[in-house]
Amino acid sequence: MSVVVHGLSKRFGRQGEAAAATGVSFAAPTGHITSLLGPSGSGKSTVLRLIAGLEEPDEGRIEIDGSDCTTTPARARGVGFAFQSYALFDHMTVHDNIGFGLRIRKTGRAAIDAKVEELLSLVKLPGYGARYPSQLSGGQRQRIALARALAIRPKVLLLDEPFGALDARVRVELREWLSEFQTSTGVTTILVTHDQEEAFELSEHVVLLQDGKVVQSGTPHDLYDRPATPFVASFLGGANVLRGQIRDGRADMGSFAVAGPAGAENGASVQAFVRPQDIRLEKPTDEPIANVQLARIERMTRIGGNVKLAVRLGTGEAVTVQMAKGEVDGLGVEQGDRVMVDLKEAKVFVEDYTI
Amino acid sequence: MSASLPPIRSVASRRQVGVASERPWVRRLLTTIALAFVAMFLLVPLLLVFAEAFAKGPAAYFAAIIDDEALSAIRLTLLIAAIVVPLNFAFGVCAAWLLARYDFFGKSVLLALIDLPFSVSPVIAGLIFVLLFGAQGWFGPFLGDHGVSIIFAVPGIVLATAFVTFSLVAREVLAVMQAQGSAEEEAAFILGASGWQIFWHVSLPKIRWGVLYGVILCNARAMGEFGAVSVVSGHVRGQTNTMPLEVEILYNEYRFVGAFAVASLLTLLAVATLIFKKLVERAVSRQRRGAPAAGHALPFALPAQPTGGR
Repeated sequence: MSVVVHGLSKRFGRQGEAAAATGVSFAAPTGHITSLLGPSGSGKSTVLRLIAGLEEPDEGRIEIDGSDCTTTPARARGVGFAFQSYALFDHMTVHDNIGFGLRIRKTGRAAIDAKVEELLSLVKLPGYGARYPSQLSGGQRQRIALARALAIRPKVLLLDEPFGALDARVRVELREWLSEFQTSTGVTTILVTHDQEEAFELSEHVVLLQDGKVVQSGTPHDLYDRPATPFVASFLGGANVLRGQIRDGRADMGSFAVAGPAGAENGASVQAFVRPQDIRLEKPTDEPIANVQLARIERMTRIGGNVKLAVRLGTGEAVTVQMAKGEVDGLGVEQGDRVMVDLKEAKVFVEDYTI
Repeated sequence: MSASLPPIRSVASRRQVGVASERPWVRRLLTTIALAFVAMFLLVPLLLVFAEAFAKGPAAYFAAIIDDEALSAIRLTLLIAAIVVPLNFAFGVCAAWLLARYDFFGKSVLLALIDLPFSVSPVIAGLIFVLLFGAQGWFGPFLGDHGVSIIFAVPGIVLATAFVTFSLVAREVLAVMQAQGSAEEEAAFILGASGWQIFWHVSLPKIRWGVLYGVILCNARAMGEFGAVSVVSGHVRGQTNTMPLEVEILYNEYRFVGAFAVASLLTLLAVATLIFKKLVERAVSRQRRGAPAAGHALPFALPAQPTGGR
């Protein structure tokens, strides 16, 4: 029941002036969750709607379970879809919502009742059949919406920002629930989200989109450790950006020098992306150490077990550092103190002048 | 409190309250003027209609209503409403559906034209049909040759009434549809529903109060229309006279009890419309707040639980 898309393109507007997807290709493996990740406007929802058959592609091919269904109407594709807004039928009970797809298919009453009961216990809301959607919380509504999508035994489950309208705590709860739920049903799932934490936690396969194009796909580990472009590096992990030049094969950022990208010319401008947790602070010492710089702590914010520090480097550049609370306490530094900054890891890209 | 406090405090409190801080007597005066105005121009005429209708006693009133010509006018008015309201219901829902859901060539023109019957004088609306279908009109000779009469006959009245009430359902339904979006329809589509099933099971229930509201307004206007109907009807008593036209004729003949008796029926219609409209408005706002709308009694008492989301 895998989903494979080849070169999917879609343009909107009367003259097709707005490209929502350009040559998108990826494969979603059977029985797993694949995440389409990207900032808003990256075309991830459009791609999902193209797979569902809610939009027609201008170019490209969609295969579900090995057969081409690019021109198959949505109702015959065998997909289940969950919307960010839940899209439950407010005038129907929960029971009638879940049974809608079966009623349309002229399934017998007893069979519908049995299926609805089964799905209600699957989404852990048994006994809710007689209620109306307006009597449920947001998280409960989305679970009912998932039950409704599953009632027609879809080959593929498509989720469009399913937890986007919920508050942070419920999101995390439902994320865990969805992970369990997907494992128990084993239905091939494609999840659209702008939340990298959600994507990384729920799926082993992430497709990262930017401006309607796939910029990188792979495991969360691949994307995080080997970002293909500056965009990927900055999108995943809220990185600091330092600018510098290639000197003798190394990227020299004034304050730091790290290994430059292979084949970079001498004198080329580079951007180095450094994650807040890849910078370590140490007590200031007098003897100079390679790659360690003197800096001043401008602001400290304690967030639970972590501390976020705004640090001004000797070169005048500001970087954000994230450390465990225990480490900071061990250093015994306060706002305004001088510290040594140690750069553990940086992703370096030669700057693109075409922009 | 010290004696010096009150003036200071009153200055401070006036600053806080801001604009809505007229002296009590100003407020009372404004309220009185507003109420007097409403009584003078709305309530007194309403009561006057009934006072005049019953001026010669209930017997005269009922005699005036069961008068042949009056009855014929009532029948015609009901017939016109029975034709025009379903017609504009169908058109209104279709037009609102198109305008809210699809982007097509000429959409902005249709949106502008839908309000035309509202902005043009009803008399001109009537004249348009006379110029089109009258004996000297564009299609008049053709229709005359085939023995079809539209002007000075029931079809003309239907056309003119349909024209002036054209946009009432469409406007109400369009507003509701635009506020709701189309995710539910898409969900039903993916679940396998056909276009008709989507409309019947999902779209129509969603817009039902908007539709009802539009239908009520449309019905009231269809029964009460005077200008456009007056131009096309020809005032043939017992045949092409609707209730508003009958009122005018009776009045001009100094048959006041008859005129006001028929007028009182139209007034009752107006009052009933207002009450019904109020009830529907309440149902709509209840639906907007997220509670199940009227007609769906709660199947059980609600346990205390957080209701989140929208």
